[in-house]
Amino acid sequence: MSAPRHIVTPMRRVRGLGAARSGTAHFWHQRITSVAAVPLTIALVVIVMALMGRSHAAVVQILGSPLVAILMLLFILNTAYHMWIGMQEIILDYVHDELFKFLSLLGNTFFVFAVALASVFAILKLSFGV
Amino acid sequence: MAEMEARARASSQRPLSPHLQIYRPLLTMMMSIVHRVTGAALYFGMLLLAWWLIAAASGPTAYANVEWFIGSLIGRLILFGYTWALIHHMLGGIRHLIWDTLNGFEPAEREFLTVASLAGSIVLTLLIWGAGYLVMGGPR
Repeated sequence: MSAPRHIVTPMRRVRGLGAARSGTAHFWHQRITSVAAVPLTIALVVIVMALMGRSHAAVVQILGSPLVAILMLLFILNTAYHMWIGMQEIILDYVHDELFKFLSLLGNTFFVFAVALASVFAILKLSFGV
Repeated sequence: MAEMEARARASSQRPLSPHLQIYRPLLTMMMSIVHRVTGAALYFGMLLLAWWLIAAASGPTAYANVEWFIGSLIGRLILFGYTWALIHHMLGGIRHLIWDTLNGFEPAEREFLTVASLAGSIVLTLLIWGAGYLVMGGPR
């Protein structure tokens, strides 16, 4: 009597790591990014308020200054990861069709990368000129 | 074949656990939904921030277009809604972080946290816009 080639134990199922195949890591990462988001959001609000109504030249100068640019970059990158996890959570809760779920998760990743990269590129261009 | 049909019928007749429609709407529940909705709105709202930054990096003409849009009635409504969503999601997030420490679960405490995050988001949004108009020298 030969042993079966695959035995699916409960542990193996657990290590399948759920609907997104990544276990509870994202839960924890969502908490880390949410803590970081509090001061960074306050910084964003202050920066945007300070820039509303100013001339283009002034906006370029202030957004490109190191402290402001670094805070903006931190806000963008932290928010990008936070919103990527968040939208994935929403998709996994409501989209059950496997194909549509896969496409939605793909779209989520593409959207977040595009928005984050475009924003980061703009900040870097403002910082380094050209 | 008959067995599969019987199984399919059995699974379709299985009792389902109750969902949202049987619960009395509570403030904590509504705010939980609003937290998710504001999160989704902020997700797409990041396009506005990206547009603003790209326009600033592109030049005065592109920047003038964003300024025109933000200055328009629709633009202001969107930005006002974005401000409220951002602040509400932030305060709701802080509430969730407090709950993550297993504090604030008593009935009075969780009601207070929920009301405080809602009221706080409205007050802070109005303060931010008031201060914004002060910085810019009044509504234009």
